[in-house]
Amino acid sequence: MAELIQILVSGLAAGSIYALAAVGFTLLWQASQTINFAQGEFVMLPAFFVLVGMTVLGLPMWPAIGLGLVLSLLILGVAFKRLIVEPMLPHGTLPLVIATIALGLLLKESVKELYGATAQPFPAVFPQTVFNVAGASVSIQDIGNLVVSMLAIGGLQLFLNRTRTGRCMQASAQNPAVAEILGVNVKRMVMYTFLINAALATIASVLISPIYLAKFSNGETLGLVAFIAAIVGGFNQIRGALVGGLLIGVIDNLSALYISAEYRSAMPLILLIAIILLRPQGLLGTPEGRTV
Amino acid sequence: MNAPVLSVRNISKQFGGIRAVSDVSFDVHKGEILGLIGPNGSGKSTLFNCILGQLRPTTGHVEINGKPVDRVRPADLSLLGLGRTFQQLSVFPKMSVLDNIILAGQEHEGTMLSRLFGKPDAGLTGKAEQLIEFFRLTPYRDTPAGSLSYGQQKLVDAAMAFMAGPGIVLLDEPAGGVNLTMLTHLKERLMTYNIEHGTTFVVIEHNMEFVMSLCTRIIVLAQGEIIAEGKPEEIRANQMVIDAYLGG
Amino acid sequence: MTKLQAILVALGVAILLVAPVGQGNYIIYTLCSWLLFSISAMGLNLTLGYAGQVSLAQAAFMGIGAYVTALLTLSGIHWGFATVISITSSFAVGLVLGYPALRVQHHFLAFVTLAFNTLLFLVLRNEEEITGGSFGLVGMPRPSFFGITTDSNLSFYYFSLICFLFSAGVMWWILRSPWGRAFKALRENPIRAESLGLKIRRQTLLAFAIGSAFGGFAGSLQAPLVQFIEPGSFALIHSLKLLLMVVVGGSGFFFGPMLGAAVVILLPEVLRFTEGYYLIIYSFLVIVLMVYSPNGLIGLGHKIIDKLRPRHEARRDMQQGAQL
Repeated sequence: MAELIQILVSGLAAGSIYALAAVGFTLLWQASQTINFAQGEFVMLPAFFVLVGMTVLGLPMWPAIGLGLVLSLLILGVAFKRLIVEPMLPHGTLPLVIATIALGLLLKESVKELYGATAQPFPAVFPQTVFNVAGASVSIQDIGNLVVSMLAIGGLQLFLNRTRTGRCMQASAQNPAVAEILGVNVKRMVMYTFLINAALATIASVLISPIYLAKFSNGETLGLVAFIAAIVGGFNQIRGALVGGLLIGVIDNLSALYISAEYRSAMPLILLIAIILLRPQGLLGTPEGRTV
Repeated sequence: MNAPVLSVRNISKQFGGIRAVSDVSFDVHKGEILGLIGPNGSGKSTLFNCILGQLRPTTGHVEINGKPVDRVRPADLSLLGLGRTFQQLSVFPKMSVLDNIILAGQEHEGTMLSRLFGKPDAGLTGKAEQLIEFFRLTPYRDTPAGSLSYGQQKLVDAAMAFMAGPGIVLLDEPAGGVNLTMLTHLKERLMTYNIEHGTTFVVIEHNMEFVMSLCTRIIVLAQGEIIAEGKPEEIRANQMVIDAYLGG
Repeated sequence: MTKLQAILVALGVAILLVAPVGQGNYIIYTLCSWLLFSISAMGLNLTLGYAGQVSLAQAAFMGIGAYVTALLTLSGIHWGFATVISITSSFAVGLVLGYPALRVQHHFLAFVTLAFNTLLFLVLRNEEEITGGSFGLVGMPRPSFFGITTDSNLSFYYFSLICFLFSAGVMWWILRSPWGRAFKALRENPIRAESLGLKIRRQTLLAFAIGSAFGGFAGSLQAPLVQFIEPGSFALIHSLKLLLMVVVGGSGFFFGPMLGAAVVILLPEVLRFTEGYYLIIYSFLVIVLMVYSPNGLIGLGHKIIDKLRPRHEARRDMQQGAQL
């Protein structure tokens, strides 16, 4: 029992970070039909911005994180949208898929060549203290990660549902043509989406890097997990991406315990295939009308 | 009159609490050009989609040549001899006009295997060229359909609907967005085709002038029900129809 | 096919015939791998470029082909028979994998194939008793036909060339048949295609399965070429590489995958002097290409030719205008 609680907590903590990436992924899809195959690298990169701030510029941790956020917003938000997504949208999804695959490779290889191929220790935001709950050891770090991710996603939900800008963003995602007619600046709303995605990626990066260390290849697994979480939860929903992320985190931790180490990484994939077979709209998704 | 080629039997369609179509029945006979008109929101698009199997009616059913066709997929409807055009532009933009039209016929010829091992054009080039000629598209035979003008693409769409020699063709707002010259041309071609081949048409259209001069019979829908039915001149004089349009 | 095209193709074949003469083993090996990646990319081009379905598992199908061929030939079965089994199993797996994915919409095939590729990698690595695990399989014999062996690198090159020409011929046949037209129609307007009697699910599934079968065939050539296969050769990154070949060359063009395979295989050699920066430059070039010419290098070529050539389309429009 104690062991199960431990696993649940660390699974939820990891899962909530996956959810951050998955939510961003879903937002991009909704706002601009962009399937961002570089999403994993988007989570890998901000940690290195922070590291550059700390080691090269000698900044303390929090200003360095601030720097990382600004750089992410500029590069993963503005530049990504302006230079890659925008010119390619008229050509349909396929060239953009290829371009984001190439972008992922570009980011990964650049970090490897310019910063280093070895895993870098990353300063922890939360103390590593472990305390005891009903016989289970629970770390402050896990709880902290869970709380911060939940606050970020909850805040995003509130922003999207309660503010004028948020509702305009939703309108732009659902029906850009009508939103435009109603006087919404659709282009700006799409840009906000890209900025939000970059911010979520930064938060995820700062939370996850102390656990897994910062490494150029981190994006491979993170990206895959974010896709799976988004699809499992329901591609068109933020709540779905959240549930998907948490579920994957827990399943991953459970299978580490109960299933052979060799096939641990197969579990999310099997879950993905099962979901597509049995409930293609995702756990929380609503079926969309067939277009084909 | 002989048996109807298309029968709509007591079709109703409910969306949540809203009844878009309620208990509509009518028959279409061979060689007729039936117009389906009505103000916006009268349920004609819903009805059209029920006939085409895009929507499943809440009650009632549709028969083609006496065979019920609910739950039949669009591809099989086509194979049963039901052709259609689309409201929005619906060609294969990067394929040549000739390829567009051959494609429209090839699935009706031979088997899967004969379509792999047989002739590249499934023996349809001659027939396709006749249709291209019929719609006066010959100069564009090898042009990618997507680079034609709007009206010309509408003609290609119509030609595709006729390629397999269907018994019935459903035309979804054929006049929408087409300029006057092209409209006259389209109407004249449709009427000629109807006379030469005896094909039955069902037309949904907003353009009253177009419908009145093209159709042999008109059904008027308002609020999901048939409020009038008759020859164009009868419809023109019908007070209920005038009210529905002005009031609606 | 026009006369000019026929001459160009004949010229191309002639060049391929003399290309390896007098070359060292390394160049012949590179040419062989270009031939077999072209076969695989050709298959993916059918799925992606013609039928418009994103598949991220082409390397997995090569893996199925390679492992099936390797296991069968190592147990003494002739390559020819092993290859038939390889192609059939890739085709069958393609059908099983594509059926559920194509029932649903969006780019789900992309995700299902992505997951499949990773799963297959895990299975190949973990089922050591059959697949040799991460050590892989070694020593697959090169085939011989009626007493003619393909043991030397040069003779294996000519053997690969025959397989390549055969595959290209089959692909050309499919594309010029009504099936080819149906595949293009799927990509351009599936809803219209369905209303014209095309059974779109069946046709899409066929495109995917045939494309996968080409991957399997390429795999069954890779086993005797390299004579060493391991799970890493068929990981997801190689599927992405195949995708790059198709798109960089020009998806939806017959010669696109061959050009793309040449670029993807040769570019590392050309960029070797940049050392570690090779992948950075490479991925940057791909992004630039996609932004400026989503139809790849062949599309870029067409664009340039169109710019140079005076436009006569407009005049025909005027003619028609006068006629109406």
